[in-house]
Amino acid sequence: MAENKSYYNPEDLKKFGKVTEFQEEMGKKFFDYYGSVFKEGALTAREKALIALAVSHTVQCPYCIDAYSSDCLEKGADEEQMMEAVHVAVAIRGGASLVHGTQMMNKVKDLTM
Amino acid sequence: MKTATLSLQKRGNKLASPSAQVDFLSHTSIGDSFEEKLQNTGIFPLTATGVDIFQVNVGKMCNQVCKHCHVDAGPDRKEIMTRETMQLCLDALKGTDIPTVDLTGGAPEMNPNFRWFVEELTAMGKHVLVRCNLTIILANPKYHDLPEFFKKHQVEVVSSLPYFTARRTDAQRGEGVFERSIKALQMLNEVGYGKEGSGLTLNLVYNPTGSFLPGDQAGLETEFKRRLKTYDIEFNNLFAITNLPVSRFLEYLVDNDQYESYMEKLVNAFNPAAAMGVMCRNTLSIGWDGYLYDCDFNQMLDLKLEPNAPNHIKNFDLGKINNREIVINQHCFGCTAGAGSSCGGETA
Ligand code: SF4
Ligand code: SF4
Repeated sequence: MAENKSYYNPEDLKKFGKVTEFQEEMGKKFFDYYGSVFKEGALTAREKALIALAVSHTVQCPYCIDAYSSDCLEKGADEEQMMEAVHVAVAIRGGASLVHGTQMMNKVKDLTM
Repeated sequence: MKTATLSLQKRGNKLASPSAQVDFLSHTSIGDSFEEKLQNTGIFPLTATGVDIFQVNVGKMCNQVCKHCHVDAGPDRKEIMTRETMQLCLDALKGTDIPTVDLTGGAPEMNPNFRWFVEELTAMGKHVLVRCNLTIILANPKYHDLPEFFKKHQVEVVSSLPYFTARRTDAQRGEGVFERSIKALQMLNEVGYGKEGSGLTLNLVYNPTGSFLPGDQAGLETEFKRRLKTYDIEFNNLFAITNLPVSRFLEYLVDNDQYESYMEKLVNAFNPAAAMGVMCRNTLSIGWDGYLYDCDFNQMLDLKLEPNAPNHIKNFDLGKINNREIVINQHCFGCTAGAGSSCGGETA
């Protein structure tokens, strides 16, 4: 049995495809869908990899950050583009909190003179 | 990333020895060996299909010391092809209809007989291709007219530019290389190279600046064209090439603890269609000293043609060369990963 010294083990990323072992039909559907999503389409494969990199930072998934850092490099993205993608995630994350500040302001204004 | 300024040989590194490299590669197999992989795919032994490309390595001397160089080239390497050996190549080519001669090195232009050789080859009607590292054009005033020389002889220029930013290019090829490469590309453009309708072909070679695989060649080409436009640079095609675990790239992998994971990437990306299309099947590689190999990588690993084929240009025999089996080892996984890799880019 695998050792469980940490919740995250880089080796587990390689086993991603094996999730079909416990539920084949849904797993297969997921991977088919996943494959379609990342195909070159209205967006280039590189643009999609950069979006995936940003989202990986939002969901803070170490597997995805590992995979999409490599994928962005392979697809020719440069360091600046990759860091800008992360900042987009950061801005939306921070902005999503901050925009709720308007609710707080509404409430405060309701309750105060 | 610090760039070395000396070859492995000059530094006395044990990986300078071809047999030490072969030994290392053979004893660190990850899963199936390359031979087993071919057997399982039903394409072993791998055989030649003919010779379309006569690739001559005119020497290991180079003005650069790139970190990934599979030749272990550099200014401290003195091995270069003599005029006599070049003459043997011309004699061998004479009786054949091999269309293309691919000149590589080192920096092939540093061989004092380079221009003579190109003139003789083009006079024979051969299509000549030179692997020009770009910075050589600016390295010394005596090379400044190379673009004109190439144009005069309708030479196809194939140049390495691993990336469209200075940071990554310089990390691989040395400080200031990006800037000088851009200048050299502009000089090639000025005489018409890479310009539509000029008939002068300028192709670029992309290779990853680290231990990752090249992505889709067409996608990379589009991005390179877009990014190089900012320097007013035009070129014809981009060849995406995978780094093979040979010589200084092998050193880089070992030193950075990336060897196993890189080999694993190559092995996992094995593509039978790419294996069918490996370049050694239609290439003959000639070393600076006239010995014959299946490809430039085998040359650097000192894996000569199989025993039934001639082993030196002075014994050139096209019939036997066309019927040879290819000599393979673990480094070959670099040619069969993903969309495949050859001196002309993707193969599958
Ligand atoms: S990769 Fe090319 S330019 Fe760089 S050191 Fe080797 S031969 Fe010279
Ligand atoms: S490394 Fe050389 S011999 Fe091996 S597959 Fe590639 S081209 Fe052929």
